[in-house]
Amino acid sequence: MSVAIEMDGGVPNLKARLRRAERLTKLKYIGLIIPLALFLLVTFLWPIGSLLYRAVANPEVIEALPRTTQALRGWDGETLPGDDVFDAFAGDLDGNRRSPVLAGAAKRLNMEEPGFRSVLINTARKLDRQPGQSAKDAILAVEPRWGDVSAWRLVARNGQLVTPFYILSALDLRITDDGAIVRAPDDQAIYVEILLRTLWMSVVVTALCMLLGYPLAYLLAQVSTGTGNLLMILVLLPFWTSVLVRVAAWIVLLQKEGPINKAMLALGLITEPLQLVFNRFGVYIAMVHILLPFVVLPLYAVMKSIKPAYVRAAISLGAPPFSAFWKIYFPLSLPGVGAGGLLVFILCMGYYITPALLGSPREQMASYFVAFYTNETINWGMAAALSAVLLSATMILYVIYARHFGPARANQITPR
Amino acid sequence: MSGFSLRWYEEFFGSTTWTDALKNSLIISPLATLLAVVLGTLAAIGLTRASFPGKALLVSILISPMVVPVVISGVAIYLFFSPLGLSGSYLGLVLAHAMLGVPFVITTVTATLQGFDFNLARAASSLGVGPVGAFFKVTLPIVGPGIVSGALFAFATSFDEVVVTLFLASPEQQTLPRKMFSGIRDNISPTIAAAATILVLLATALLLVLEWQRRRTEQMRGTAGSAVRPPRRGLLRRRMFEG
Repeated sequence: MSVAIEMDGGVPNLKARLRRAERLTKLKYIGLIIPLALFLLVTFLWPIGSLLYRAVANPEVIEALPRTTQALRGWDGETLPGDDVFDAFAGDLDGNRRSPVLAGAAKRLNMEEPGFRSVLINTARKLDRQPGQSAKDAILAVEPRWGDVSAWRLVARNGQLVTPFYILSALDLRITDDGAIVRAPDDQAIYVEILLRTLWMSVVVTALCMLLGYPLAYLLAQVSTGTGNLLMILVLLPFWTSVLVRVAAWIVLLQKEGPINKAMLALGLITEPLQLVFNRFGVYIAMVHILLPFVVLPLYAVMKSIKPAYVRAAISLGAPPFSAFWKIYFPLSLPGVGAGGLLVFILCMGYYITPALLGSPREQMASYFVAFYTNETINWGMAAALSAVLLSATMILYVIYARHFGPARANQITPR
Repeated sequence: MSGFSLRWYEEFFGSTTWTDALKNSLIISPLATLLAVVLGTLAAIGLTRASFPGKALLVSILISPMVVPVVISGVAIYLFFSPLGLSGSYLGLVLAHAMLGVPFVITTVTATLQGFDFNLARAASSLGVGPVGAFFKVTLPIVGPGIVSGALFAFATSFDEVVVTLFLASPEQQTLPRKMFSGIRDNISPTIAAAATILVLLATALLLVLEWQRRRTEQMRGTAGSAVRPPRRGLLRRRMFEG
């Protein structure tokens, strides 16, 4: 019966059914993506998101001094707060005297003003209100610092759930009492140097990789298939070997009693063993070694697609070999240079293991300090802020890379 | 120099901390690989077959674990998993390693599927096989080498992973690379050299299997003899987490 009705509908109905069937198929295929999307949401996107939130999160003071921060909302910030604030403060301290929450708030305030930890802890420990004494008098009696407007400004500023403090610190900036952003004092300004060092080391490694990788890729693209395959295996085998193995091998080779120093001593090139590892030199050598395939492979792929006839044509028209290479071949290989260079640079920025094992403290890059603040000093806000800065730099470069070189050709997936 | 001996290999296999580390690696990596391959392959099929607005963005997001510095992923997972009781557990490590392996599976399998003629699957359906049957009887044998390559990448990623393990694993879950990492920090003992040799052999085996699979794929596509060989795109993405 229904079939008959649809037949009556004729062509439009058939079209609608086809559209519906296609829509259903499409939904089915989208359904295949959902498990992975959910998986990455839980294991990657959400964790990264909550890490980034920690870069601005500021719960400690509100948690320890809920009534005080509430009372400070109505404060003008110019004169010493009224009795209501002092009452609230005394009440908060009474409630949290020995609790770790208070220690957390003290640690947090101490970050912004060194020495403030003891101010808060002392007040909490010693505060003893005599009958008839106002909270204000009692507090000022144990810790005169609370008679200073700047102390209250500090607490009030941290009565907000979000703070720019960590992000600003990661850029060596501070926020002053009156809300101005200034440079951190020189002895505390370390992060810009770390970020610049990360960038600089990435630049050097990328340049060295390019310098070594370009001729190698050129050779690979020119030789016969058999030789090319053999050479390619030599490029790929280290690529597949664990980075730890290669780092260990470099330590063995480069150490003071290692074969390289011994050989140079025996040849009389040097009289004292050279320090080749646990310094910048060792880190560069190992990083270039590890990252070299990342420039060789894209360069090779591009060079293989350059027709030899172009260069031959240039030479037959009278160009000297070098100028034929420089004016014809090199510009054609530039996409490979761009792809390989950017890729190596992005990877360099996140390096951790190699500098940690082969470098001195002066070779440690941004990643090292993210790990340091997570594991050693348990300053998650700072770890998160440095992550945010490093991640933004990486993501900007990744977007450029994806736009121009389509890292995952997946970006260009078209249904067939 | 007092000649050669297998003493340090004995030491490797005789010490419970090393064998436990090897055992942990052999538990975690295959499970992480399995998870990454199943989820990644399904998604790759979906991504190849369906088109919808925002797909390019979605793909970029799905493969982004590859470019995010691994320390950042490690800290993020650690802070996120700890309150859930997943840090210091095998499950947590398997999930994290699978997350790191997924992008390799997506890119490798997608690349293979792009060379696959879906009319073959349609033909199978028209001959009376259901979609699941068509997948196992037609699609899988043809795109199989791509999936195997993706699996090898995912396995190698997990089997070499140090940084996330550093944050997430308790002493009971020390993996082989994690154990090597602390060993290299102290001093390089001959036992580490023995462990390194084992890893080099494994790398060689992986490389050979992969080359073989790549050639098989080329033959299936009929590109084996062509002058321009398909770029080893998957390989490029290998090693991204390292360092």
